Parts: sequence; C-alpha cells; structure tokens
Amino acid sequence: MMTLSKESLKIEREPDVIFFRNKAKELAVKIGMSMVGQTKLITAASELVRNMLRYANGGEAILEIVVRNNVKGVRLTFVDKGPGIKDIKQAMQDGFSTGRSLGLGLPGAKRLANEFDIKSEVGKGTTVSIIRWKNGV
Amino acid sequence: MDKIPILKMGEFLLVTIQVDLYDRLALALESDLINMVSKTEARGVLIDISAVSIVDSFMGRILGNIASMSKIMDAETVVVGMQPAVAITLVELGLTLTGVHTALDVEKGMELLRSKIGYLPKDEEELYDDII
Repeated sequence: MMTLSKESLKIEREPDVIFFRNKAKELAVKIGMSMVGQTKLITAASELVRNMLRYANGGEAILEIVVRNNVKGVRLTFVDKGPGIKDIKQAMQDGFSTGRSLGLGLPGAKRLANEFDIKSEVGKGTTVSIIRWKNGV
Repeated sequence: MDKIPILKMGEFLLVTIQVDLYDRLALALESDLINMVSKTEARGVLIDISAVSIVDSFMGRILGNIASMSKIMDAETVVVGMQPAVAITLVELGLTLTGVHTALDVEKGMELLRSKIGYLPKDEEELYDDII
C-alpha cells in the first residue's frame, strides 16, 4: 500500500469535527468514491472522532489517500493520548458503552469501513484507523 | 452560538436543518424543540433533514429523543427528506430510528402528521358530527 497524500488535523473542540468531516469528504470526492461510500466513510469518521473527543479530550486525525493494487482509497487514522481501552473485544460489541451513548460507535464504524484497525494501551492512548476503497461495498 | 430556527405553522412546528450538526447544536435543538412544544402546545413536529449529509449515532439518538419527548408532551414527530445514502448508512451503522415516523418529503410528512393527530378539515369534521 502506498500513500499518495497525507495531512493531519488537531481535534480539540466540537466544531473541529465539522471541518474534519468536510476535509475527509473532499478526499473521497477527489478519488471518485460513490455517494453511499462517501456517506459511510464520513459517518464512521464522525463516530470515531466523537469517541476521541469524549474519552480522550481530543487528539489527532490523519487523512490520507492510499493506493493498493491500483485502487485508491481514503484512510483516516485517529490518534489520542487518552486513557486507552481496557477490553477491546468488549468495546467492539454493539450496545456496549462506558459513557451514556448507544454503544454503536466502534462496531458501527467497523461495519461502515472496508478495513478497520484498532490498537490501544491502557494509560497511553488509542489509535484507530479505517480505510474505504473507491470501489468498496 | 449557532441556532436552528423553529417555525410554528398552525398546530405544527417545522424545523429545517440546513447545516451539518455538531453535538452541542443538536442538543440545543432538542431542548429548544421540547420547550417550543410545551409553549405552543403543538400537536406535531416536522423535521426536514434533506440538506443533512450525515446522521451518525449521536444525531440518530437526538432524533429518537425528540420523538419520545414530544410523544410524552402529546405531539407526534415526523422526520422527512432523508437522503438515500444516509438511510443506507444508518441501517448499516445499526440505527433503525425506532419510534420516529418518517416520510419522503415535507408534503407527505404534513399529511402523515395530520392523520396521526386525527386532524380533519373543517367541513369534513361537521360531516363527521352529522353521522354521529
């Protein structure tokens, strides 16, 4: 996999989320992703960026255009230095939440993305990355 | 702070969301709407989301909250104009918006609201009285 472009945004306040969503959408449009693909990507991103704000007081969002086997995609990576997730398996279950949300954020984002990766260390932070390919279903 | 305007139309409240909402704005809309329902004794709330390009789990929860709170205050809620891509995404996300009535556009939404609250145009009402 190769990275064609990369930029990074600080996420510190709620309005940053809107700016970030627009940036991500721009990339998706640029590589010719379908409307449904764009919406899935942005919705997944919205869930993940909210998690970062709520549980880790913000962090960094990295936006990339990547290419693999001649297919372009958008990769979004969310890096925070928050408390970390104790039990990732549990956090990935529908309906599980330590906050007061519906608990759809992580599992929902995974369903909406073509590729999903999460790494977390208690006390150090969490990194989540998702990819949606141009031709992804 | 930004604010989403709420219009009163007869017995109904009409909200057109023209911007993508961030969480605090959505929460403000929720409380403004419920206050308006109480103040105006509205019987129905119509929320037009045709300009909204994403509904995530938070926004979905707000829509559900508005519907259940309105219900308790004796008002029905209809969400109209959802973009197809948004509907597809919502279902895959795992949100089915239970308890929220939906309609394709504002016109159908108004019809649905009227039928929900048993609204009949004036002359039909008289006709109905005669039958009884």
